[in-house]
Amino acid sequence: MAMAGSEIKSEIKPPLWLLAELTYRCPLQCPYCSNPLEIAKYKDELSTEDWVRVMQQARKMGAAQLGFSGGEPLVRQDLEELIQEARRLGFYTNLITSSVGMDEARIKRFKDAGLDHIQISFQASNEELNNYLGGTKSFEHKKEMARIVKEYEYPMVLNIVIHRKNIDQIRDILDMTVELNADYVELASTQYYGWSRINVDQLLPTRAQLANAEKVAMEYQERLKGKSRIIYVVPDYFETRPKPCMNGWGAIFLTIAPDGTALPCHEAGQLPIEFPNVRDHSIDHIWNDSEGFNHFRGFDWMKEPCRSCPEKTKDFGGCRCQAFMMTGDPANADPVCDKSPYHQDLVDDVNRIEKMATSGKPEEQPILFRNMKNSKELMEKTPAEV
Amino acid sequence: MTETIDKNAIPEIAPTFRFQWEEAQDCYVVLYPEGMVKLSTSAGEILQRVNGHNSIQAIVDMLREAFPGADLEDDVIKFLEVAYGNGWIRNKK
Repeated sequence: MAMAGSEIKSEIKPPLWLLAELTYRCPLQCPYCSNPLEIAKYKDELSTEDWVRVMQQARKMGAAQLGFSGGEPLVRQDLEELIQEARRLGFYTNLITSSVGMDEARIKRFKDAGLDHIQISFQASNEELNNYLGGTKSFEHKKEMARIVKEYEYPMVLNIVIHRKNIDQIRDILDMTVELNADYVELASTQYYGWSRINVDQLLPTRAQLANAEKVAMEYQERLKGKSRIIYVVPDYFETRPKPCMNGWGAIFLTIAPDGTALPCHEAGQLPIEFPNVRDHSIDHIWNDSEGFNHFRGFDWMKEPCRSCPEKTKDFGGCRCQAFMMTGDPANADPVCDKSPYHQDLVDDVNRIEKMATSGKPEEQPILFRNMKNSKELMEKTPAEV
Repeated sequence: MTETIDKNAIPEIAPTFRFQWEEAQDCYVVLYPEGMVKLSTSAGEILQRVNGHNSIQAIVDMLREAFPGADLEDDVIKFLEVAYGNGWIRNKK
């Protein structure tokens, strides 16, 4: 048994990516936020010393990419200190931000601390929609920050989450990213987790919108070759095979939530699985030995149709969270796969939303913004009501 | 990549990329936003010498000295073309 155990362990490759969700506090209220609905309960954030320890341990194991994320990581007053330590350890440091809470002085301090890259999110290509979706007046500030980020010679990624409310502006969005000299553009189709799952009726694009967006994205990809890389992520609800979620469970990604919970992906906290906390365990133990990180490693956990599927080594059965949300069992095949007995339910749901979106009738349900007040109200409801 | 390489040019790692040794990967890597390319041993040897001081000719000469007997000039130029093409390196102004 000891032999077998050590053999299994030797197959586990070290984490490459450390995502540090420093806080769930955020000045924006984007209704498609991928943070958990329970953001209001994360009051006890890790200290600077905790984060330094986590970074040191993860780097020692081989993690090379580090993302400072949130919520809005700029809210943390110790961000400069954390960047400096991360860079000293040899991480490639990514700041994933709305830029609200940043100014030129801070951009300079980040540069001096060794920050490698800044990713700024935009909600839309015009002030009105941007500020409506973000729930704050931030559009002009974001553009100004993007200009200064390039002045300081950072590589810059502009990330725009795409959904029904902004997808028809895709040409204007891409023109804006050209004007701002983005090195990379991520047109990230909304993935329906957390807040976006609640708002899926208001956010899911129609097939016609998607076809147009894909055409425009490809046109710009061709035109901007060598200048800017445009990454267009298609929403998986319209696919027939699932995405290889996180490149496999516990294979590359290590997310640490603001309270120190270690997760194989930033959505996994919703699963009925116990995940370890960095306050109690080392990253080595968490990654290699914890039950949570080993739960869906390999292929033994799979059920049919995944178990006997020749494609299981390619997509790992898709997303565990999506399987859980749509079937109640995270070990089921991701219903995006048309081999899943639940696939038709997903198709029906997509058709229902499409019918509603193209009916021309006003939306029945208001969009629910991501903020602490709404989070508290949601937590007071029973899960069945949500 | 259409222009021919000037051997007197002095390349440097572009500020939007980082080149470093990764112990866990046991190789040199190029890091960029949210990504990493693992380099072959020879690619690592070449990029190590790209530092904003050495000309391309000097890099070729250094590699010839380090690996005597190897006919490497074409391979070095070919790799540098790829590196320019990917934006990993640029000429020092």
